[in-house]
Amino acid sequence: METRVSLKDRQVVISPDGPFTIIGERINPTRRKKLAETMAQGDFSVVQEDARKQVEAGAHILDVNAGIPGADEPALLRGAVQAILEVSQTPLCIDTANPEALKAALEVYPGKALINSTTAEESMMERVFPLAKQYGAAVIGVITDESGVPSTPEARLAVARKLVQRASDYGIPPQDIIIDCLALTVGADHQAGRITLESMDLVRKELGVNLNLGASNVSFGLPDRKIINVAYLALAIARGLTTAITDPTVPEIQTTILACDLLMGHDEYAMRWIKAYRRRSAATA
Amino acid sequence: MDLKDIYQSVIDGDATQVQTGVKEALEKGTAADVILQQALIAAMEEVGKRFEEGEFFVPEMLIAARAMQSGLALLKPYLVEGGIKAAGKVAIGTVKGDLHDIGKNLVAMMLEGAGFEVQDLGVDVDPQKFVKAAQEGAQIIGMSALLTTTMSNMQNTLQALQTAGLRERVKVMIGGAPVTDAYARQIGADAYAPDASSAVRTARQLLS
Repeated sequence: METRVSLKDRQVVISPDGPFTIIGERINPTRRKKLAETMAQGDFSVVQEDARKQVEAGAHILDVNAGIPGADEPALLRGAVQAILEVSQTPLCIDTANPEALKAALEVYPGKALINSTTAEESMMERVFPLAKQYGAAVIGVITDESGVPSTPEARLAVARKLVQRASDYGIPPQDIIIDCLALTVGADHQAGRITLESMDLVRKELGVNLNLGASNVSFGLPDRKIINVAYLALAIARGLTTAITDPTVPEIQTTILACDLLMGHDEYAMRWIKAYRRRSAATA
Repeated sequence: MDLKDIYQSVIDGDATQVQTGVKEALEKGTAADVILQQALIAAMEEVGKRFEEGEFFVPEMLIAARAMQSGLALLKPYLVEGGIKAAGKVAIGTVKGDLHDIGKNLVAMMLEGAGFEVQDLGVDVDPQKFVKAAQEGAQIIGMSALLTTTMSNMQNTLQALQTAGLRERVKVMIGGAPVTDAYARQIGADAYAPDASSAVRTARQLLS
């Protein structure tokens, strides 16, 4: 299944039949003091810099979050989106749980955005899906519902089914739903990584939709997180992960994804891998 | 086994050893509150300190807390019998709309390990549930939020406490990745704690 996201005439296709899609996560003020401070004052220069750096590092889509405590989120999110559009042609992923902020951002977005995200809670879906339909956006559906995160792969599949079904009730086709099977940290439960992988397997086989993951959660609370994160990314890609919200400016992430593309058959004659190698060598020479 | 061994077994996260040690100490006639203070609480303080310093990681803290709890369960009847009071009563939860529980669990465990009576309200906790806990005698309400998008429910809970006329009777402390000291002041919470062991210090201060 292909999920198409666009900005003006630039289109990104998320699909198991092509290279992995990187959604750059850095434009998010949580735990980023300088970004938060500048954004809160309506200064989007750091946002623009983050956009530029992530695209350079290989981001195909940029996630934009403007959740700053006490600030006017609709105005900030819209402002951030407009500021990024000034400096980049990369499609955006609008990251908010606030429907007004979502609407404010979608209104000024010239293309087919990705929305991050809705859960399978009725109260969320009934706010997010109508906006997605109205603005023709694709949506990341996170597999939690009123009772929380289901503990078994089968129960997670059931929630994924519900997301796809309810979206179609609103006229949104399954290819515009990307399911996030939610990676919880193995630091709290050592089975968490495996359960998510098995959930992805089930969802991909039954629903055939694209799969997303916030892949750095998985290592929370542990040392040497980067190694865990890239290993998990590779395992997840093998199970059908087609996109991830991650930081492409981390060299290990960038190279792991390129290697996975090659190993999954999405890098003809290994040209992208070789080109990236030459770039790295030139940078260190 | 003596108190030192129990102390070390808690740090090592060895629940079986902790239970053996506690049973032996009780049989030898060591007072329950001495075992609690000098072995269990002291050990959890050390665990918290190591975590704060980046020497210990989340799983080590979880397993130590589990070992501590298994020892505490054995001591409980003796503590009740001896009339030993808790350091204070805390109701803790992750706010409405937010399902992150690790940080909240760590804080709950550390508070318990420091001798507080802890009522864990879970995740996705409605403001009214916090109000109910305050009505039922919680002296401190602890709230956690991990998302910029759910933080505002801390403020909603504070308002609900205000509306219920309970705000003066209860102390409110908050924490979580996007939460800051400035935010705590802005919404009128009594305190902010950046991690589980400072949460214990903060809780003690709030009740002193």
